[in-house]
Order: sequence, then C-alpha cells, then structure tokens
Amino acid sequence: MRDVCIVGAGMSKWGEVWRRSFRQLFVDAATAAIKDSGVDHLDSLYVGCMSGGLFAQQEHVGAICADYLGMAGLPAMRVESACASGGMALRAAFIEVGSGVSDIVMASGLEKMTDVDGDGATAALAGAADQEYEVFHGATFPGLYAMMAHAHMAKYGTTSEMMAAVAVKNHHNGAMNPVAQYPFEITVEGVLNSVMVADPLHILDCSPITDGAAAAIVTTEEIAKKLGKPYVKIIGSGVATDTIALAQRDDMTTIKAATIAADRAFKMAGKKLSDVQFTEVHDCFTISELVILESLGLYEPGKAGPATLAGETALDGKFPVNSSGGLKCKGHPVGATGVAQAIEVFKQLTGQAEGGRQIPGSPKVGMTHNMGGSGASSVVHIMEVA
Amino acid sequence: MAGIVGYGAHVPRHRIKVEEIAKVWGADAPSYKKGLMLREKSVPPPDMDTITLSVEATRRALIRAQNVDPKDIGAIYIGSESHPYAVKPSGTTVAEAIGATPDIHCADFEFACKAGSEAMFVAMSHVDAGHMDYALGIAADTSQGAPSDALEFSAAAGAAAFIMGKENLIAECVDTHSYMTDMPDFWRREHEFYPQHAGRFTGEEAYFATTKGASNALLKKSGMKPADFKYAIFHQPNGKFPQRVSRELGFTQEQIDPGWLAPRLGNTYSGASPIGLSATLDVSDPGDMIFMCSYGSGAGADSFIWKVTDRINEVRDLTVRTHKLLDENVTYIDYGTYAKFRHKIKKNY
Repeated sequence: MRDVCIVGAGMSKWGEVWRRSFRQLFVDAATAAIKDSGVDHLDSLYVGCMSGGLFAQQEHVGAICADYLGMAGLPAMRVESACASGGMALRAAFIEVGSGVSDIVMASGLEKMTDVDGDGATAALAGAADQEYEVFHGATFPGLYAMMAHAHMAKYGTTSEMMAAVAVKNHHNGAMNPVAQYPFEITVEGVLNSVMVADPLHILDCSPITDGAAAAIVTTEEIAKKLGKPYVKIIGSGVATDTIALAQRDDMTTIKAATIAADRAFKMAGKKLSDVQFTEVHDCFTISELVILESLGLYEPGKAGPATLAGETALDGKFPVNSSGGLKCKGHPVGATGVAQAIEVFKQLTGQAEGGRQIPGSPKVGMTHNMGGSGASSVVHIMEVA
Repeated sequence: MAGIVGYGAHVPRHRIKVEEIAKVWGADAPSYKKGLMLREKSVPPPDMDTITLSVEATRRALIRAQNVDPKDIGAIYIGSESHPYAVKPSGTTVAEAIGATPDIHCADFEFACKAGSEAMFVAMSHVDAGHMDYALGIAADTSQGAPSDALEFSAAAGAAAFIMGKENLIAECVDTHSYMTDMPDFWRREHEFYPQHAGRFTGEEAYFATTKGASNALLKKSGMKPADFKYAIFHQPNGKFPQRVSRELGFTQEQIDPGWLAPRLGNTYSGASPIGLSATLDVSDPGDMIFMCSYGSGAGADSFIWKVTDRINEVRDLTVRTHKLLDENVTYIDYGTYAKFRHKIKKNY
C-alpha cells in the first residue's frame, strides 16, 4: 500500500446556519479544502452523511455534491455509518489512494440538521440505534447514554462534576475555534444547573444539533510534496463494529468497538498508544468522552473522570483531548464530525490550529476516534507529521 | 397627517401563572420565567372572544374620542389570528354593537401578530386620503398555543382599539414604514388548532431581523434617532424579545417600560404592540414622541412614529387605564379551569 497523506482541509461555519443550504454547506467546505491544498483536480469524492433524507429530504448525496462543486462526472459516493459516517468516508478515501486506484480524493462529511424541529432531529438520529429493540420502546440517544452514565457512576464512582469538567474543558478549547458553533466558556456550576435532559445528563452534557460540512484532500506523499503545502501522513486506520443495541453488550461501561478499532489502527501504523500525544474523540455526550478514553486504553476504567477533573486532558495537560472543542462545543453535524476530527489533527500536526489552541510542544502523532450510535461502529485514524 | 382621536384597551381578568402550566407538563418553571421573562398570562373566559374583546376596547376608545358619533365611522378593520369564524366577519358584529352600521366598510385582517397594526394603518390611510372622517382599527386576539408547547406559556388574550381621524387628535402619526419578506417562521394551516413555529429561527431570522428592518428604515426615513423618543413599543411574544431588540436598536429600558406588558400579560398576538401603545399613551405628556413597531410572522413589521398632543391630558382618565386592567380585579385560575376555558377538554358534542 502507498503512503497516504492529508494535504489540505476546509470547513464551513458550523452552527444553526439558516442561510446556507445542504449543498451550499458542502461547497463552502469543499472549495476551502481545494484552495488550501492547491490541487487542480479531484479523482473522486466521498461524502459522509448520516441522513440527508430525514434531515434535508435529500438523498443521492454523492451526485449532488459533485454537481454543485462544478464537477459533475466525478466518481462520487456517500458513506453512511451513522455518526461515524465522516470517519468512514476518510477511511474510504485512504483505501482508494493507498490502493493506487486514485491519486487525489476528497474525504468530506455533511449534515444539515436544523431544517427539522427537535422531534424530527431526535427521530432521525434514533435511526442510529436499534429501532425494533430500542427506539420502538422509547429509547433516545440521550436516554441510552444516560444509562451508560448511570452504570459508569455505579461501577466506578464517576460523578456529575467529572462529566461537567469534560464540557467545560471542551468549551474552553472550542472558544478558540473560529468555526465552532458555541465558541464560549462555560462553568461546572453552569452545566450542573442546566436543564436535565435524561438523568444524569444535563443539556450542557450533550452535543448540539448542527449544520456543517468538512472536507480534506487525501493524496499520495509524492503529490503532497509537489504541492508544497503542509501535510500529514495517515499511518493507521481501524474500524470495528459491535452489537447495535446497548442491551446486547456484555458491559455498558466500555465501548468495545473503540478498543478493537484502535488496536487495528495501531497494528497498521506499527505504533503503540504511548507514541500518540493527543486525540480527538467522539464526545457526543460528556460521559462518552470518559468511556472512550478508557476504552482506547488511555486510562484505566474509572480513571478518566478524575483525570479530566485534574486537568490532564486540557490543552496544556499531559494528554490533550478535543483541542477543537469536540462535538460538545464545536458542534456535531453527524456526517461531518469524523472528517472535522481528522482536520483538527492535521492542523495540530502542521502547526495551523487557530486562535491560540495550538497544542504546546509540537506533537508528532495524533489520533481520532469517531463513533456511530451508542458505539456499534467505531473508526480510529492515526496520523503522523510528514 | 391623520392620527388617533380615541383609544381603548381590554384584557380579561383571568390569569394563569407559568408555574401552574409548568407543573402539568413537568417543565422547568424557573427556566421559562428566566428564559422568556414571563410570569403569567391572561386567559379569556368561555364567553370572551376576539369580537367581545374588540367591543370592550372600542367602547373605551369611543369614550376617549368624546364627541365622535359611531355613525360617522366610515370603516371598521379588525386584525386578529383568532377571528371566531372562518367565514363571517368579526367586524360586522362589533360595528353593530357600537351602533356604526349600516353605512360602513368592513374587513377582517390577518397577518399573524401584525394584523392589528395593519388594521390601524389602513384605517388611518383612509382618513388621510379623505375617504372618510373617522375609521376604526382594532387589534384583538385570544391567542392559540398548543398544550405543552413553549407558546402555551405565553399565548394570551387582549385587545386595543383606535379611532383614527384628522381633527382633535390625541396622537398624530408622524410617519410609518412597513417591511416584509416571505419568511416561514410561524404558521397555522387551515383546520389546525394551534400554530407551529421554528424555534430559534423564529427569533433570530424572523422577529429580530424583521423588527430591526422596519425600525431602522423608519428611523432613517424620519431622520430621528432612538434618543429622540420618550417611549417605544415593540411586539412582545415574550418579555425577552422586545427587551433585546429595543436594546440592540439603541432604546433604553426606561423607554419601553410603560408598554412592556408581556411579562404579566403574555403574548396577545395581534394585540401585543397596540395594547402596549394604549398603556404608553396613558402615561404620555403632550409633545412626547412615541416609536412603535409591530411584528407578524410570515413575516413583516409596521413601524409608526406618534406625536402626543395636548388633548391627552383631557381624555387619559375618561376611562380605565391599561395598567389598571392588569393590576386590579385579577383572578388566578388553575390548569383545569384554563383547559375548560380554552376548550381543551374534549367532549362528545
């Protein structure tokens, strides 16, 4: 397999973007990525999108994105794995370039979620769970993660303050990110006093509904060098699945698919966890970040909460997590999230993180973890400075 | 220019508190009270609708108009989104009740919450054009809010009536501006009981952008600035929106205070800014300049500049002031009574 690189990236403004449509959000991100990379053409396009149909009544996502990018004719395909769609799109682009089928591929993600109301968005997102065994019986994603949180609290003594500390840290980071949906600081007290969504998760424990797109240019090292722009190498890519229903898992306090996907990615990369200096993880809820850090092996079970409270995962901590602001602050346009995570690692490794959120000490290796549903799919990428 | 020769308002005496509604739906009352700046809202009893509210308000307007013979009123326009009949005008009944029939033009207006200011604008335009000596513009609503929806905490009832003329003015209309775009932020389709809305979009892109559009255009056109006005009134779907939009436009809390009724009246839809104008006129002095801007989803806004005349001192207390309607003879009801009053309890007949 050839070496594969990311050589340029672009994102639309994330938030409640009422004046940009589904296709415009994609074009905003895609044209920014093309400009950033300096490529003069694409060989193919992958678009991670969970539910263009339910959120924006638009299917046939690959074709419409290629069309409105002014590239009708381009091979283009939508990739779907619920909230992990973006990470899977990146993996598809990685494989296509690595295999030699194409030289320049855009890995992108897109979701336009605010054209439906809250109930409509909840129902669309519920499609990532097990409809027959979970959703039809009343489960929603906040409810499923609330159960995971309760189990984690009961087994390990994790507290609401520890979970709130995740949100506070991610807002601190995201306040420096120019595309973030909610770029402002919050406090632990503010989280604990915010409206309860599904006990023990308050609304400020939850990632928001977001409109947004992200795009990265994936290519060979030879082309990346010729372009003369900063680039990073993707050295590992791992995917795993798990039972779709939470009730079918052996243990609700861990995300097994994350553990396996990371193992696979590290095996491909020929690296170990201790080689990585920072990560972007899928903090769809504050409890998710804690469970994922433990599932990835960064902390022993039950230790991620106290470590977060102690500031270990802060931007200037010993292992920064979610320097972008994470899903919590930056926003979570589900199909775009996985690509945006990779873009953050690209920016950090090439020293391009804006607003003062550059991780100190020039990190050399970073990783992303993107997850679908309550953990039934996970995709991990490991990237290294060129 | 033409202006107001008589004004009056009416608000039902029944109220329901935010806590009482929140209790039923398991909602967090403090966050609604803080987030929307609402404490309670008026509730129309079963025998009160847009027509009866309009009659009450118009009778008070006739008292303040002093020597206007109802037979000299050439037009009656009622703006509401709760006309009791889908087909049959509200205005005919009101005109009959005040003795203004049969030589009169009548139409019911609808434009979400700015139907009332439209009625005022068109009535005033007829007078200005010399079509008639007097015309009546009424803003009235018994607003709808779906059970458990955020709107249920605000949707209230009330009316204000304005007799427009050219002589013996209480307040002259110095200038107006209307502003409108096609904006689907809030709607109720035929045969639906309750309106639907689009959350924050309804605020940011619709209410705030439209209110500012109409307000800034009128300020520019008139060459006036917020500091030139003694008072200002904005459409008030809740307590917070008018407070924020007035601040962003450069008005102060002191300027909006007399007409800022939503925290304890609720959202009277078409009646909101016109009732606010009535409460503001109640405390105005001769020479005061008043800025007013309505808002209606769909979406549009009508802005007005009023100049109060000497006659205000003569007529202000000929009938009840609007704040007194809010302060006195108030009866608090529970959710069950509210559900009965608002016909939310299903029966087989």
